[in-house]
Amino acid sequence: MPSTDTPHVLTGAHFIDGDHAAAEGALAAGANFAAGYPITPSTEVVERLAARFPSTGGVFIQMEDELAASIAIQGAVWGGAKAITVTSGPGFSLMMEHLGYGVMTETPFVLVNVQRGGPSTGLPTMPAQADIMQAKWGSHGDYEIIALAPSSPQECFDFAIKCFNLSEKYRVPVLLMMDECVGHMLERVVIPEPDAINIHPRHMTQKPFGAEYKPYSTDECGNGCMIPPMTKVGMGHYPHVTGLTHDDRGYPSMTVAAQNNLMRRLTNKIKQNVDDIIMIEETDTENADVIVMSYGISSRVCHPAIVRARKEGLRVGFIRLITVWPFPEQRIRELAESVEAFVVVEMNLGQMVREVERCACGKASVHLVGHTGGGVHDPEDILAAMREAVE
Amino acid sequence: MSNDTNTDVLVAETGLEEVVEAHPTMDWLREERMPHIWCPGCGVGTSVNCFTRAVEDSGLKREDITIVSGIGCTGRVAGYLRLDSFHTTHGRAIAFATGLKLAHPKTTVVVYSGDGDLFAIGGNHFIHAARRNVDMTVICVNNFNYGMTGGQLAPTTPEFYAASTAPYGSTELPFNLPYLAQSCGAVYVARWTVFHVRQLQKAIKEAILKTGFTFVEVLSPCPTLFVRRNKLGGSLAVLQDYKERSVVKNGLDAREVDLLPDQPIICGKFVDTDRQNYIRTAVEQMQQKLGDRYRIPDTWQDVLS
Ligand SMILES: Cc1ncc(C[n+]2csc(CCOP(=O)(O)OP(=O)(O)O)c2C)c(N)n1
Ligand code: SF4
Ligand SMILES: [Mg+2]
Repeated sequence: MPSTDTPHVLTGAHFIDGDHAAAEGALAAGANFAAGYPITPSTEVVERLAARFPSTGGVFIQMEDELAASIAIQGAVWGGAKAITVTSGPGFSLMMEHLGYGVMTETPFVLVNVQRGGPSTGLPTMPAQADIMQAKWGSHGDYEIIALAPSSPQECFDFAIKCFNLSEKYRVPVLLMMDECVGHMLERVVIPEPDAINIHPRHMTQKPFGAEYKPYSTDECGNGCMIPPMTKVGMGHYPHVTGLTHDDRGYPSMTVAAQNNLMRRLTNKIKQNVDDIIMIEETDTENADVIVMSYGISSRVCHPAIVRARKEGLRVGFIRLITVWPFPEQRIRELAESVEAFVVVEMNLGQMVREVERCACGKASVHLVGHTGGGVHDPEDILAAMREAVE
Repeated sequence: MSNDTNTDVLVAETGLEEVVEAHPTMDWLREERMPHIWCPGCGVGTSVNCFTRAVEDSGLKREDITIVSGIGCTGRVAGYLRLDSFHTTHGRAIAFATGLKLAHPKTTVVVYSGDGDLFAIGGNHFIHAARRNVDMTVICVNNFNYGMTGGQLAPTTPEFYAASTAPYGSTELPFNLPYLAQSCGAVYVARWTVFHVRQLQKAIKEAILKTGFTFVEVLSPCPTLFVRRNKLGGSLAVLQDYKERSVVKNGLDAREVDLLPDQPIICGKFVDTDRQNYIRTAVEQMQQKLGDRYRIPDTWQDVLS
């Protein structure tokens, strides 16, 4: 039974789908604000939040479109909330401007994208993993982002919490890149006791009411720190927050130097912390001739193919990306020195495979097992790619 | 700040009886950001002057007001006010403000933006926030075109008037903004011009002190673009025109307040009514449906007592 004073954490074992699990993960992480606009196959997430928030002290509002949802949550964050929005395909495209606003204003929030087939309206009820590059490059301008790809309902729950924690720690929007398969698949999800859930609290400024406060100054957070402490409205700090290039007071500054300072800090705060951020799962990569790399639902389809390949005597390693962004560049470069080939399995016509190619730098061959979406890969295709790769 | 001797010299040189050393409401402005970007003769600054005087009059504390702007010349207002201030994205100030208000209702939220921002790209958010009766004040500086980007066609450009993207004159019917606000459920709707500084100041004060979705339209010259392109003289000529053509009709149905060339400019307070706001309605409904299981968001307690 969940305890009555923490009704937001439904401790226990459940049989639920990934959409519901993601909603529960957000609640367990302490989210208390959600704005959304319904879109298949993500709608169950907001439906769940709409049903659950009123008894946990949270606020849910269905906005008039995804542009509104993705900026309403940012208003809520500056009002002190922990906020989330949820979408898919066309809605993800509409949210791109505000993803950039969140990066530029360093507003922490979580954006869930339950990927479906595209482009355009595409396959509303069927899966794809074809928004992975959009997550990194879809908003205009240079930016670094954090994105996680769950492969099961349990991970939808667990990673939703991780997303909030990373978002608060690095003051950057974090993307939970689900797909229709994990979103709608029913599996056992174990929700731990509230005490066992690790929550990274928002780092707030210690400046007293009325004191001079620079919302983008890193002075307060110590040597080498690149993440300024936050404030919220009503604290007597009077921050100015803008999507324009700004100085540490938050004031617009249209100079080459200001742009350089800001862009370097915004990207370096992620780039220089990749060891802390990147999570990958690696098995038998050390003596492998071929390494299969995948993420999300596709990673699960690789298993039967790998088992069979090993029976055939192939030395196969496996890498699953948990964080798709930032990409584990360093690790792929290292492995490219020892391995013959990479086989990249993803439900698109070749997106993360480009990252692998870039890092392999011609030292290992790189093979794509693509899929246009709507259903998962046939393990036979993955097996065939492995055989071909070592020939 | 100059000292007394300087003042004496100035008084002697100018012959004026009093020299005002600083802007009388400078306390509400971010002085370190001056000079501002607005052109000489632009009405946006005048409206800000009315706004700062209104907040001073309102008795609200600085920490209890949040200003949110979209993008445009008017959208720069937020950045000049010494308040919790947000310069958001083009058209989305109201959506941002909705989230902020629902997360922290104690703050009085003012959205301050241009006609293009609020009614072209942002029109959808305006009608929905009004319908929901989210407690906020929207101040629209209507200068009949897009100032920031060089004088393009706006949803307020009067028929047959020119804009950079309508060089032969607009052939579209413009919005009657007070009517739009009224029909979507705004509880307070007023229109003034930057000539009517006292009335505007009073209207802004009333609007921000009133609970619910309130709207103030401010007609304003854009001397650099709309006024010049349409050969309307300069800012002074426009103010003279506002003075001569304006007629105050408080309480008039906003359906009747279309702005038409050579017709009276109808100003005044058209709507001042009461309707339960978003938060109260939500709380009552949840209490009824969920009883003891309902937990009012902590920050909502501030506005329910
Ligand atoms: C998404 C997007 N589209 C277009 C623009 C370019 N833009 C900036 S301000 C503006 C129009 C502003 O007009 P208005 O709201 O009337 O403000 P004014 O400058 O007249 O005060 C436009 C189109 C933008 N910043 N963002
Ligand atoms: S362009 Fe027009 S609206 Fe913009 S500052 Fe100049 S006069 Fe004002
Ligand atoms: Mg305008």
